[in-house]
Amino acid sequence: MEHLELFFKSIFIDNMVFAVFLGMCSYLAVSKKVATAVGLGAAVIFVLAITVPLNWLLDQYILQPGALSWLGAEYVDYDLSFLSFIMFIATIATMVQLVEIVVEKFSPSLYNSLGIFLPLIAVNCAILGGSLFMQSREIETLGLAFNYGVSSGIGWFLAILAIAAIREKIRYSNVPAPLRGLGITFIITGLMGIGFLSFGGMLTGGDEEAPKEETTAKVIKTKTEDKKELANHTKIVE
Amino acid sequence: MGLLSKKDAKLITDPLADNNPITIQVLGICSALAITAELKASLVMSIAVLFVMGVGNVVISLMRNIIPSKIRIIVQLIVVAALVIIVDQVLKAFAYELSKTLSVFVGLIITNCIIMGRFEAFALANKPWRSFLDGIGNALGYAVILIIVGFFRELLGAGTLFGIPVLGDPIEKTGVYALGYENNGFMLMPPMALIVVGLIIWVQRSRNKALIED
Repeated sequence: MEHLELFFKSIFIDNMVFAVFLGMCSYLAVSKKVATAVGLGAAVIFVLAITVPLNWLLDQYILQPGALSWLGAEYVDYDLSFLSFIMFIATIATMVQLVEIVVEKFSPSLYNSLGIFLPLIAVNCAILGGSLFMQSREIETLGLAFNYGVSSGIGWFLAILAIAAIREKIRYSNVPAPLRGLGITFIITGLMGIGFLSFGGMLTGGDEEAPKEETTAKVIKTKTEDKKELANHTKIVE
Repeated sequence: MGLLSKKDAKLITDPLADNNPITIQVLGICSALAITAELKASLVMSIAVLFVMGVGNVVISLMRNIIPSKIRIIVQLIVVAALVIIVDQVLKAFAYELSKTLSVFVGLIITNCIIMGRFEAFALANKPWRSFLDGIGNALGYAVILIIVGFFRELLGAGTLFGIPVLGDPIEKTGVYALGYENNGFMLMPPMALIVVGLIIWVQRSRNKALIED
């Protein structure tokens, strides 16, 4: 349930592009054609799925205040969280290079479609942003961190796919000359963002269920108490 | 500007309008949009970027002959990350509230494409002084857009500037509110930043026809 909630929340409510504007540069630059947009989107999902859990481990066991306690009692007071920017970006840059080399070696066809985007991704704010949000939202387990990486990647993928499709079609419409290209893309993205705001109410339904569970629990309790009382009564009767 | 030759002065003035990093070069959009709901946050963000770009451009320019071109991206990232850590620590020490509102976006200066873009396009091929001017110019161009967007969003969305009410009191109905004016809370929502930037681009391109895309 927790996983499902985080999954839909990261795709729709906290969408990387529409809610927090991460990765806008490549989103604007590479969204002229659907095919390239799909390539970049897939690469983003792939890299986020690797770097977010990796940085989660770094954060938990090296960077957080008190994270070094596994080294021994004298390291408990260390707080290395000021190093997180440099550690995260170093992890991302090296992972991207590593992924590039591995993909090139084992799957040339995947490399042909993803390869050119991988170097671009090292400096994509969506990737670093994914790790930083993972840190600031205090995601609890490695599984959830992986889930967060994949689902926010999917959210970004959806956004770039949608804008690329719209931009392919908009070539046939008569946009005012000064707005052509960049201007109209900004405004369309804004309108799509307003649309995505409506997903905000999607997960609030859960609040109403919680008290019900409590009442049912109470009912069960009272029932068991009744039974006990009944049992007592029967004892007395006997 | 007695200190600067005409060519050097152009490095500063060009990015302010005709070669603006946000509206023309399309660099550094992410942070420009996310933190512009208040004017104060936009101003602090601009100063942070100004510092990182000025110093970073000089450092990269000084090292331009010794950086192997294969690993230059990683070298650049490390230089920026170190500078951003300084900014982040200073903000946390002296303006804690503000560093909370900026949250992860201070960290995201590292991957702000303006910085990497200017390193690649300018600092790697020019002398330190000219790189410094280029950095300052581009950071100012970025600041101009941030401040315009922040100004309109805060004024129309909350009726304040730097947190000070300028349009009167919305609850007691003084000032403009007495005439039936209402704050447009929608301006504070994230998507409006995109639309405001879109409108700025529209205004700029209709004034300068040379910038229109086909």
